[in-house]
Amino acid sequence: MSAFLAAIGTVFLGFLRATGRLVLFALLALRAGLTPPFYPRLILRQIVNIGYFSLPVVGLTAIFTGMVLALQSYTGFSRFAAEGAVATVVVLSMTRELGPVIAALMVAGRVGAAIAAEIGTMRVTDQIDALTTLSTDPLRYLVLPRLIAGLLTLPALVLVADIIGVFGGFLVGTYKLAFNPSAYLARTQEYLQTIDVVSGLVKAAVFGFIIALMGCYHGYHSRGGAEGVGQATTHAVVSASIMILLFNYMLTEAFFSR
Amino acid sequence: MAKISVRGVEKSFGRKRVLDGIELDCAAGESLVVIGGSGTGKSVLVKCILGLLRPETGSIRIDGVETVGMRRADRERLMQKFGMLFQGSALFDSLPVWENVAFGLIEGRGMARDKARDIAATKLAAVGLGAEIAELRPAELSGGMQKRVALARAIAAEPEIIFFDEPTTGLDPIMADVINELILKCVRELGATAVSITHDMVSARKIADRIAMLHKGRIVWHGPTAEIDRSGNPFVDQFVHGRAEGPIRMEVRAA
Repeated sequence: MSAFLAAIGTVFLGFLRATGRLVLFALLALRAGLTPPFYPRLILRQIVNIGYFSLPVVGLTAIFTGMVLALQSYTGFSRFAAEGAVATVVVLSMTRELGPVIAALMVAGRVGAAIAAEIGTMRVTDQIDALTTLSTDPLRYLVLPRLIAGLLTLPALVLVADIIGVFGGFLVGTYKLAFNPSAYLARTQEYLQTIDVVSGLVKAAVFGFIIALMGCYHGYHSRGGAEGVGQATTHAVVSASIMILLFNYMLTEAFFSR
Repeated sequence: MAKISVRGVEKSFGRKRVLDGIELDCAAGESLVVIGGSGTGKSVLVKCILGLLRPETGSIRIDGVETVGMRRADRERLMQKFGMLFQGSALFDSLPVWENVAFGLIEGRGMARDKARDIAATKLAAVGLGAEIAELRPAELSGGMQKRVALARAIAAEPEIIFFDEPTTGLDPIMADVINELILKCVRELGATAVSITHDMVSARKIADRIAMLHKGRIVWHGPTAEIDRSGNPFVDQFVHGRAEGPIRMEVRAA
């Protein structure tokens, strides 16, 4: 029995240690941003990497999500003659939940993995040590621009995903389900409130920070050559995905719990 | 006063004690080479002196200033005294050659890019590389050329102390000799202090004023290069002659 409890205690302490290391890593990186030198060029480059190059994958995911949402809502709601709610369901689902979560999960797969692989390779090939010997703080030069870019870029991506997702629902609603286009658009706007969009954008900012943080953290601490970089990449994507879903619940609770 | 003074430095990874009470001095302008087999702690020693690793105990002084436990801002200033040539070159593969060489000047010292680029061209020329490679990426260069670029980067900011980690490993004998010659030339021209680690005795004899041998985390012998063949130390004799028999037993597994 005591061995069992000891095992649970060991796992729990390990979890606390890992959480502490992660928080410390984030705080050190953010603190590095308080003093010069600043690297706006690197932040801009990361914004392009994370945001612009993720547009196709986020756009495609969003349009199909909106389309399937309209279809499923229709087939479900038609059972109790509530087909008229399809447009409202699509827009609320996209802005509050699916837009931020789907976009964040796709970006975690694309960008989180790339960040972990890039920084991990730099770690195992001594490039991060080389930065230090060249009087450049790796946290300031490598980590902070990615954190800022993740934080700023995801809301913009999610806004695009929201619009494309609603458009996907509109396409299915008008062409397949024979809704009147102007009536569909009117229902889309009717129940949409500012908080629905804003909550999604706040979620997106948090998710963007998490994706960049997990990619940087796991890459920065990778060891053992190619295998270590591979593990770092996997850990970055898995941990970011879990944290996105966890924080999604917590933020939804914070915004909409009564 | 020694330029670098290492006293009682210990460093462990888990249960494995890699450095076990290192005592070592290096005078200003001297070229010290630390030899020893693979896994004896040579790279860890250099990383401790550079501040990339923090020893558990002991003292490391640069120009008489204690560096163990130094504040981050002071450490960044101290780094401006150092240049480092890494074993695998550690060039930034996202940047062209000239930016690799000029990196420390632009990012570390805030120099204007145009001026830093001119200095990079001068340093590349000093290591025998032409302007035509300046725009290439490191991955487009041979191993020997990458080593030269890494050497140019190490000397670009004209550091007071230059570290060379296995500078000739993985190079053919001719290219290894070219690199050794370049190291000698660059160090002399700068008047810098040089600390190299290697298991290549040809390289050690060529570039060292003084040699120290590291075994199981301790300095087991040190002296002038000319005395290495009559050291009377069984560890040194075995290592210098590359014999399998002797007091050094090669570990099959890393601990």
